[in-house]
Amino acid sequence: MTTPEDSKYAKSHEYLHFDEKEGVGTIGITEYAQKELGDVVFVELPQVGTQLEAGDELGSIESVKAVSELFCPVSGEIVEVNEALADKPELVNTDPYGDGWMVRIRLSDPTEMDELMMNAEEYEEYIQTEAGH
Amino acid sequence: MKKTPLNAVHHELGAKMVDFGGWEMPVQYTGILDEHEAVRTGAGLFDVSHMGEFTFRGPDTVKMLQSTTCNDVSKIVNGRAQYNGLLYPTATFVDDLLVYKNADNDYFAVVNASNIDKDFEWFQEIAKGMEVELVNRSDEYALLALQGPKALALLQPLTGTDLSPLKYYAFANGTVDGAKAILSRTGYTGEDGFEIFLDPGDAPRIMKKLIELGAKPCGLGARDTLRLEAKMALYGNDIDHTTTPLEADLGWIVKLEKGDFNGRDVLQREKAEGPRRKLVGFEMVDRGIARHGYPVVEGSEEIGVVTSGTHSPTLKKAIGLAYLPLDKSAPGTEFMVLIREKETRARVVPTPFYKRAK
Repeated sequence: MTTPEDSKYAKSHEYLHFDEKEGVGTIGITEYAQKELGDVVFVELPQVGTQLEAGDELGSIESVKAVSELFCPVSGEIVEVNEALADKPELVNTDPYGDGWMVRIRLSDPTEMDELMMNAEEYEEYIQTEAGH
Repeated sequence: MKKTPLNAVHHELGAKMVDFGGWEMPVQYTGILDEHEAVRTGAGLFDVSHMGEFTFRGPDTVKMLQSTTCNDVSKIVNGRAQYNGLLYPTATFVDDLLVYKNADNDYFAVVNASNIDKDFEWFQEIAKGMEVELVNRSDEYALLALQGPKALALLQPLTGTDLSPLKYYAFANGTVDGAKAILSRTGYTGEDGFEIFLDPGDAPRIMKKLIELGAKPCGLGARDTLRLEAKMALYGNDIDHTTTPLEADLGWIVKLEKGDFNGRDVLQREKAEGPRRKLVGFEMVDRGIARHGYPVVEGSEEIGVVTSGTHSPTLKKAIGLAYLPLDKSAPGTEFMVLIREKETRARVVPTPFYKRAK
């Protein structure tokens, strides 16, 4: 499993890839999370312009098997939503860090990333503990 | 957790294992969608060894079975199986089961894994004072379900039993690749296929052999989407100790004319007056998936409940089953399901959702 080093990770398995120049972060779910969920068939996301606090519900992901909530790892405003997921939710499975991204958020306080999120190494340790092996 | 004789094979195959009613079972190997597809177009292989098997022998066998089930056991001919409901005196389900007839006074039944102990105790209670030898043989069998349009062609070279003449819901004693087996043309997927009862010691080898010949191992995830498309009831979801066969739209297994049985008076009344509620198939009109336990609402009132719901891989839309008041159960009727506090539109549709081409 490759966890991109240039992103941050939440305990609820969202990643955030921050573009410093833009002040905007891309959020999706991790490779580990998509595997755990199985085939994704529907992703419900907020509208552009929605203001969210860190820990707020960001949306939901339906796999064939179950529904999971998606949490917003940082505070900010949603500036873009991945419209491609409406027709091709399976992108979350096939390319979670690429075409399967979910939203872009303008961070209101970028220091939250370091306070609230893990780096790749910490996240890998975390999922190994969580998976129990 | 309890393990089936095929547990090690599942781990070898890299299955994702889950706790299913106290059993460690494979939920999927590669993915629910491609496993589902394999069963609809080729052949899929399921380990269903967790299910229970009971044998019944003795002169009162039919009398005993008749007294606590709603279908007519006396109509089963040798070598055939019958879908049936095991009922309480309230006409609600102890379980649903398949009853197989070997010969006169020699029957066996296959029951749901989670109900084995409850069912066995229930049968023991019913059989008191009757001449029936009742044995729980659940640990003596492994059970593989080979399902899909290519199941017959795949299985035939491994057995001396001529499979083509074996009718749906018929079974035969034979062998599979040299191992003693009962071959039953039954299943829980809406496809043609076979359920193969084996000695636990033979099962891993036979499972690997069938996979080698092209059967795709499938988990409980695909089993659930397949059975739901075919509108086959799942005990614990769609039917349970609070629902009657008529409410569950299983009128075809209710034979009031067969004589007295547990719940007959209740069913007779329901048949005359109509049941209070009915299990219907629905599809979502709005986006979202209505799942087990989600309430059906009308204003602030809860008028029904979703018992099963998923994304249908064949139809590529959200489908499900729900109990609705009888006057709202006609196909075309729209209703509201509460999905995470949001009213979401669904519509009653004819069932089954999927029927295989003959």
